[in-house]
Amino acid sequence: MNKIKNLDDLRKMKQDLQNKIKLRERGDSPEAIVQIKVGMATSGIASGAKEVMNYLIEELEKRNIDAVVTQVGDMGYCYAEPTIEVTLPGKEPVVFGYVNIAKADEIIEKYIKNGELVEGILPANYQSID
Amino acid sequence: MSTVKMHLLVCGGTGCVSSYSPQVAESLIKELEAHGLQDECKVVKTGCFGFCEQGPIVKVIPDNTFYTKVAPEDAKEIIEEHIIKGRKVDRLLYTDPKKQEHVPDSKHMEFYKKQIRIALRNCGFIDPENIEEAIARDAYSALGKCLTELTPQEVIDIIKKSGLRGRGGGGFPTGIKWEIAAKNASDQKYVVCNADEGDPGAFMDRSVLEGDPHSVLEAMAICGYCIGANKGLIYIRAEYPLAIKRLKIAIKQAMEYGVLGDDIFGTGFSFHIELRYGAGAFVCGEETALIHSMEGQRGEPTVKPPFPAEAGYLGKPTNVNNVETFANVPPIILKGAEWFSSIGTERSKGTKVFALAGKINNVGLIEVPMGITLREVIFEIGGGIKNGKKFKAVQTGGPSGGCLTETHLDTPIDFDNLLAAGSMMGSGGMIVMDEDDCMVSIAKFFLEFTVEESCGKCSPCRIGNKRLYEILDKITQGKGTMEDLELLRNLSEVIKDTSLCGLGQSSPNPVLSTLTNFWDEYVEHVTEKKCRAGQCTALKKYIIDEEACVGCTACARACPVNAISGERKMPHNINQDICIKCGACYEKCKFNAIFIK
Repeated sequence: MNKIKNLDDLRKMKQDLQNKIKLRERGDSPEAIVQIKVGMATSGIASGAKEVMNYLIEELEKRNIDAVVTQVGDMGYCYAEPTIEVTLPGKEPVVFGYVNIAKADEIIEKYIKNGELVEGILPANYQSID
Repeated sequence: MSTVKMHLLVCGGTGCVSSYSPQVAESLIKELEAHGLQDECKVVKTGCFGFCEQGPIVKVIPDNTFYTKVAPEDAKEIIEEHIIKGRKVDRLLYTDPKKQEHVPDSKHMEFYKKQIRIALRNCGFIDPENIEEAIARDAYSALGKCLTELTPQEVIDIIKKSGLRGRGGGGFPTGIKWEIAAKNASDQKYVVCNADEGDPGAFMDRSVLEGDPHSVLEAMAICGYCIGANKGLIYIRAEYPLAIKRLKIAIKQAMEYGVLGDDIFGTGFSFHIELRYGAGAFVCGEETALIHSMEGQRGEPTVKPPFPAEAGYLGKPTNVNNVETFANVPPIILKGAEWFSSIGTERSKGTKVFALAGKINNVGLIEVPMGITLREVIFEIGGGIKNGKKFKAVQTGGPSGGCLTETHLDTPIDFDNLLAAGSMMGSGGMIVMDEDDCMVSIAKFFLEFTVEESCGKCSPCRIGNKRLYEILDKITQGKGTMEDLELLRNLSEVIKDTSLCGLGQSSPNPVLSTLTNFWDEYVEHVTEKKCRAGQCTALKKYIIDEEACVGCTACARACPVNAISGERKMPHNINQDICIKCGACYEKCKFNAIFIK
């Protein structure tokens, strides 16, 4: 990693990183990676988000699914923790609530493998600024 | 790959379930099977769409069609018209109340624009432990812009023009605060971030720090540039271990990447940030007490002036802002003051993060533009009251705020309106109460908190609040008098007027606002010795309905103090003098023969 020495460095770095993330999000990359975000704020962790995240990482590895699992902050759905957001290549992100190990397994088997939605979707009800 | 091409999402939130969404789902499945479509189209139950008023909701994926008020009988039409023939069922589409037009899909619905995330823009979006994701989302670009293109005064002017006001509770204009600190010349100044979030039920700041720590670090550096400080301190409560961990990681990464530290972006500006831990005293959220606590002294407030901007941490000019205030700064710099001031009301600009808690369906964290009504927040975004109960009050502003009632539901939320209604914005906790909550007990609950947290330095707060608590306790015991109610009000006014700091000046608010808005309930407790919510144990009376009692003796056997007597197969009776109101008999009775009066 190079130290950012001036604003141009930052801008260039931002550009590179943005491209990387966009590739991941839009799924334009040849690998077509599945991206999963796990809400790991205090409320999420208290309801078991850590176990779910570990399970997802291990199981996706075992089942040979190319996916990136990242931890993120609070999505705001505290009543339905743990929450995870799954983005399949070329599709809109979908948020699932009350995800325990069994639910995580169902999500992998049905949604990630077959694109079949499972119960527990939380409709996003906010817009975020860019 | 699977053959599923379409999904029908049926809302499974409490609101929609009570308007028969499970039956809607069932008939949709039946219709699909009747047409042999069960492999191509799946029905899925979802969480609440936050649109309970228009429920039950059915959303069709992938075309995002949004059907409202769907009845089980509508299933046939949806399947035959929409799914098979591809024609949307017009009459079930959501109608825009302003334009009176059908809205074909959810992306065009006003409703989903109710929440705008500025302070929470990256929460739940980026990995908070990875600075690269933050940079990809513009982190430190605002700092770069300030350092290379703008003078400190120009930055202050942008903040002033944006109309940003302190999100910690007071609502002081941030730009003016910065300007004052900038004008006080000194060899050393400090930027302090107040992360001592102490209101019960509030977790906005924690979520920002856990989800997007870099936005706070960046804004602190911007503030440092404006006021001429190169040292920042974050005062955070030790009860927030995860936020502390993520802040530490963020500071370390920012130093490694050179966006904090010495000579940032080669401009010669240096800024270093350290953490200071609070031991969880509520009063340390008050800025002078916070500064004393950081200095290693007792967390007690001192008289202002001098304000921290003149003589703060170690006697040097210090600017203290709350976490959420800081999180708003970078977007303002990048998107401009006009953009920010276009959101919100006349005197309160931008958005506010609220932590919804209490008897509400969607407990959680929301960010809404100022000027939204309580009704929209509670009934639309919050999904309404739990278990279909009746809304009674909402408490805003924590122990310093007040209770607002049904009459305030349509008041636009902003700093001034809430103050005028006898409550306050506070840091953004919102506790919703239903018909089962006793307002006297609620006031007592908050007073108990204040009594516990009063630092004891000034007598109105130390002694006055204790007396307030005792009077409230007396009323809940059924021993209050009408004079007590008068005394409550007078004492509250005195405490407000004479306390040293914000804690004491606002601690009687829960009492005053409940006295004003729920006077009847206080009077009932005093004159009729009755608690309509059935919360005040001492005022409860368990009575056996002689008609319904079959004399099974279950209650008598459950009673721990032998207050129930009666022959087998004959109606029983509770001796009120012995009864301790534990409710054991009530729980035991299988015939609903025991009721509470």
